[in-house]
Amino acid sequence: MAKLTLPAQELMFSGHSACPGCGAALAMRLLLKGLGPRTVVSVPACCWTVIATPYPTTALGVAMMDNPIEATGASISGIRAALDAMGQKDVTVVGFAGDGGTADIGIQALSGMLERRTNAIYVMYDNEAYMNTGVQRSGETPLGAWTTTTPVEGHEHGKIEAKKDMMAIVLAHHPVYAATLNPSFPEDFERKVEKAKAMTGPRFFHIFAPCSTGWRFDAQKTIAVGRIATDTGVFPLYEVEEGRFHITRKTGTLKPVEEYLHAQGRFRHLTPANIAAVEAQVRASWERLLQYERESLIAPTPAEAPTKPPATRA
Amino acid sequence: MTRMVLSGNSAQAHAARLARVQVISAYPITPQTSIVEKIADLVATGQLKAEYVQVESEHSALQVVVSASGMGARTYTATSSHGLLLMHELVHWASGARDPIVMGVVNRAVGPPWNIGSDHTDTMSQRDTGWIQFYAESNQEVMDTVLQAFRLAEHPDVRLPVMVTEDAFYLSHTLEPVDVPDQEVVDKFLPPREPHAILVPGTAARLGSFTGPDRYVDFRFEVAKAMERVPATLRFVEEEYQKATGRHHGGPVPTYRVDDADAVLITMGTSTTTARTVVDEMRAAGKKVGLAKLRLFRPFPNEEIRALGATVDRLGVADRSYTFGPMGAAATEVSAALYPSSHRPAVTGFYAGIGGRDVTPHVVRRMYESLLSGAAPEVHWEDIEEEVSVDG
Repeated sequence: MAKLTLPAQELMFSGHSACPGCGAALAMRLLLKGLGPRTVVSVPACCWTVIATPYPTTALGVAMMDNPIEATGASISGIRAALDAMGQKDVTVVGFAGDGGTADIGIQALSGMLERRTNAIYVMYDNEAYMNTGVQRSGETPLGAWTTTTPVEGHEHGKIEAKKDMMAIVLAHHPVYAATLNPSFPEDFERKVEKAKAMTGPRFFHIFAPCSTGWRFDAQKTIAVGRIATDTGVFPLYEVEEGRFHITRKTGTLKPVEEYLHAQGRFRHLTPANIAAVEAQVRASWERLLQYERESLIAPTPAEAPTKPPATRA
Repeated sequence: MTRMVLSGNSAQAHAARLARVQVISAYPITPQTSIVEKIADLVATGQLKAEYVQVESEHSALQVVVSASGMGARTYTATSSHGLLLMHELVHWASGARDPIVMGVVNRAVGPPWNIGSDHTDTMSQRDTGWIQFYAESNQEVMDTVLQAFRLAEHPDVRLPVMVTEDAFYLSHTLEPVDVPDQEVVDKFLPPREPHAILVPGTAARLGSFTGPDRYVDFRFEVAKAMERVPATLRFVEEEYQKATGRHHGGPVPTYRVDDADAVLITMGTSTTTARTVVDEMRAAGKKVGLAKLRLFRPFPNEEIRALGATVDRLGVADRSYTFGPMGAAATEVSAALYPSSHRPAVTGFYAGIGGRDVTPHVVRRMYESLLSGAAPEVHWEDIEEEVSVDG
């Protein structure tokens, strides 16, 4: 097996209070490896509020600011404005928010941050439900998934709505860079982090964060669940730079989505017909992504925009 | 010093300029709008070198300055009415994080029904958030109080955010001559903010965090102790300001002709000016009336109110908001402050000027006459001429 080539530095320490097998913990660890110590992270109410450990301790080797759940986009604009005003130019500013704090209650502040071209990286670590409060459905919970508020009992069979496409929403703001990242593919992950770090302007990461507690799988299977998510096309890995799509992992043929669904208790109730519906949706999304990749090579979106927005503004 | 003709809103913007604020964020709302416009103008013309972050809501505006202040920048924002109410979560956050933000608030009524008139409901609903609150009477006082607010907010004994409020339209859009101190004078009075000690890029630190019951109360107690230190610190700041500019606004509760008064009316904001002329007129007619202004509402100036209560038998308190307590917000607080005193004057709570209704000399005179009659009710709506049932 080839040796992993990851940055050696560790800026997230043992003693954190994540659940065993937490994908969100891996996401932070890998992110900070790539970004380095001169990083300020703003974290809203989410699992990471708790994972970082209570006052007066911290599990992070960088400066961390807490902010209310819906305000991460605004918080990173404020941090960047202060650093600019104080003449500190070498700091990476990161918002690190959950899927609920991003796609639901925080979408307004995120949109504002992208529109005003804040020079920062916004991360949505996606565990596909409100996990810190105990597994309630969010806009990022996928079709069919069990949560405590999309129960599987009586006439209910899990979530009946599809997952919100945050990458599409973010891309409508023409960020300088947007990418999907998955801790199960750490080298792809680090390449994207290092690439984004070198850029100026609004950047967005959608990080897949399997949650053994909420998704109902054995804590030692996190990496396997993450890998199969990408290889079935459920969570494709791609990046969009200056409007150009680039799929960063292609395996030839997608594995049956059933392999991903069967690995988790939250999909246990799905019937073959349900699974076929999910399969159809995943395939369609994958085909659309391939199409975006082909078309954006010829006509990337920003080139068509009437005025190209400035790369960054505080 | 330069004498300029300024609206209250322009006075806010010029004070922010003189304070050399580093980060500003705001969202427009009537009647605060001309503050954000004036600041945009000051930044665009290079008169103010600051990061001006234009946001998509008041909630984000306050979050931007909370985060910028947490990083160590001097920050300013301004809002009004519904904007302040949308900020509410962050209003609490700012004091808990000990961010020395200064916020101008143009006091405006809360809907429905929509009304842009002057009313203190917006800031009264934020009175328990851990912010220091000043209510200004004139545009000069707006200018001076904003500058004092930065010094007070950033003082190591305090480290709390401050609201400087002004009555909608009576101040926000009314022009008055204002003595604007020179930049060198302000620079001496208000040096740059000391570097923040907590969040330093490159170090492991956390601002916010979480605690259990074992530690949370300690943080609250620290805020309470800082609040208790405000009166003494304000005294110091006002003296320093007087040395720098020659002006002093009389502390938390400036009084007017209260010696030997049979009745004293306590007012907030612009109705004070009207009441002062009525006091002169009634004194000339041999009626012993006096006036006190609640310039500082948070922390509540208990000592000053008790000292005032010791010298008078009848007190009236004019509230420009309705707050569903036993009396208006200020009247309730005045009563509570007086309760432990051995000499407790009779207190009447007047509602006057709700939703921008003018508090005319006639209305003020009626309040004094009611107090002097010795038969003033516990509470009275001065804006309502006669009782009208909503059912018709």
